Amino acid sequence: MIKKDTWVRIHGIVLEPSERSANVPEDTAKVPLEFWTKGWLLNDAEIGDEVTIRTACGREETGNLLEANPMYELNYGKLVPELIEIGPKLRRILEEENE
Amino acid sequence: MSSKADQILQEKNVIMKEAIGIDYDIFEQEGVAFDYERMMRESGYTIEELQEIQAHFFVGNTPIIELYNLTKLARKYAKPGYGARIMIKDEATNPSGSFKARRASVSVYEAKRLGYKGILTATSGNYGAAVASLAAKEGLDCIVVQETYDSRHVGQPEIVEKARACEAYGAEVFQLSVGPELFSTFLKLLKDTGYFNASLYSPFGIAGVETLGYEIATDCREKYGKDPEAVVITNAGGGNLTGTARGLIKAGAIDTRIVAASVDLSGLHMASDTAFNRKSFTTGHTGFGVPFSTNPDRSDVPRSAARPLRYIDEYYTVTQGDVFFMTEALANLEGLERGPAGNTSLAVAFALAQEMKEDEIILVQETEYTGAGKHINPQLSFARENGIEVKFGNPEEQVPGESIILPENAGLIKATPLDVDRMRKSYLKNLRPKMEGRELSELERTFLKEELKVDDEKLETLLNGDA
Repeated sequence: MIKKDTWVRIHGIVLEPSERSANVPEDTAKVPLEFWTKGWLLNDAEIGDEVTIRTACGREETGNLLEANPMYELNYGKLVPELIEIGPKLRRILEEENE
Repeated sequence: MSSKADQILQEKNVIMKEAIGIDYDIFEQEGVAFDYERMMRESGYTIEELQEIQAHFFVGNTPIIELYNLTKLARKYAKPGYGARIMIKDEATNPSGSFKARRASVSVYEAKRLGYKGILTATSGNYGAAVASLAAKEGLDCIVVQETYDSRHVGQPEIVEKARACEAYGAEVFQLSVGPELFSTFLKLLKDTGYFNASLYSPFGIAGVETLGYEIATDCREKYGKDPEAVVITNAGGGNLTGTARGLIKAGAIDTRIVAASVDLSGLHMASDTAFNRKSFTTGHTGFGVPFSTNPDRSDVPRSAARPLRYIDEYYTVTQGDVFFMTEALANLEGLERGPAGNTSLAVAFALAQEMKEDEIILVQETEYTGAGKHINPQLSFARENGIEVKFGNPEEQVPGESIILPENAGLIKATPLDVDRMRKSYLKNLRPKMEGRELSELERTFLKEELKVDDEKLETLLNGDA
């Protein structure tokens, strides 16, 4: 159970594939247009329930409850070994010029 | 065809008038012509007013940094006496970390002045964070609408980071999956909230960048005794280029070459769900740069204030690999860790400097902040995870969406010219339905000459070229 007033993330469908604009490419036309937003839960609910939230700007939005206290999962990724070769290589070239 | 997504588009002009406070109809002249300068004059601000607004927000007056080591490196690949001084305007030092703070400042000021409760913008880029940051300062509510995920719910790292930044400034970020119906969703939110539309294409969105061009001219004169020979500007929606060029002209720097730069993403469809995460650049690329130049009024306002073909002298593309390489070089040789998108024009400048004389100045007019997500390492590792081949080699052999080739050596970084005349023809082709079967009036001809930066003779050739 997720308690009322918890900061949550919701998800919903804006347009079903049949409702999409006529000019979208074929691959995009096959899938719905989806949305995500965050806010404070207005009533106790379970993950997956249709809920209403109050967003950061005070607006109410309805969608399916996706997660409570959502975290940012972005990071610096796995090391790309090629990248760390660039700096030393360039410094060597500049040093050669100075000799 | 009128799908559910398209219905609200019929209300576009009414919603926009409410949400921006400009009656665009009064600037229309005849046929295809409208009075661009009048629109900029009456809805925009003078340089002095802009400086005042931006001083209030502590936006602008960013330093110009001379890149001694990159200049030295470029000279390694240039003939004797060649290799212009490369300089960069460190726009990352603006609040929210990019030149977009300049554009946001005028919109936020205008929203506050007109008494709006909140401000809304549709952008996946730095502009969202810029609007959110200044809205926070002015106590305005803010919603940023962004295209973030593909249908697998995989988010573009750069955009996910920008969402985090907007939320850090207290904004609501309304995220969407891939598709052009972002615009109808945005319109609906505008209508429902009654917020101000911080369009990137309103006169405010462009006027805010004019100070950037103005500062370049005045700072260079003070420090180097002249205007830079060339200014390189990353081009996507055209506002950065239009505003900077207008600012340079307002400062009297009329001989400075205006060079547009975009990342080559040819072959990738911008509204494609499956191509969405196969590109490592979400802006500054040809997928925006070319269509917005050749059809500026495809934007979210009736008449876009961003009209890059009015100012472009030359236009070049570079590859994603070139830009990643230059980003790493900027950090390692100049001690400036900055985001990749701003370095598109740096890669072009590095190549062009080699064709310019040693005492000439080529200036890159922006940098952007970096951080998890919008940093080259996560971008490249994300590309790898999405099946893109990443390797050293010759960037010319890259295929956007399939491979990213980091140049084996800096001499392989090439600026590939785009045919600007072809873009001008394409602009005229887009207007053809409105021009067919009649003589153009003198006013329309004058308008088109200004739109395309051409003389009478050239306009004639372009109009009759390969009709």
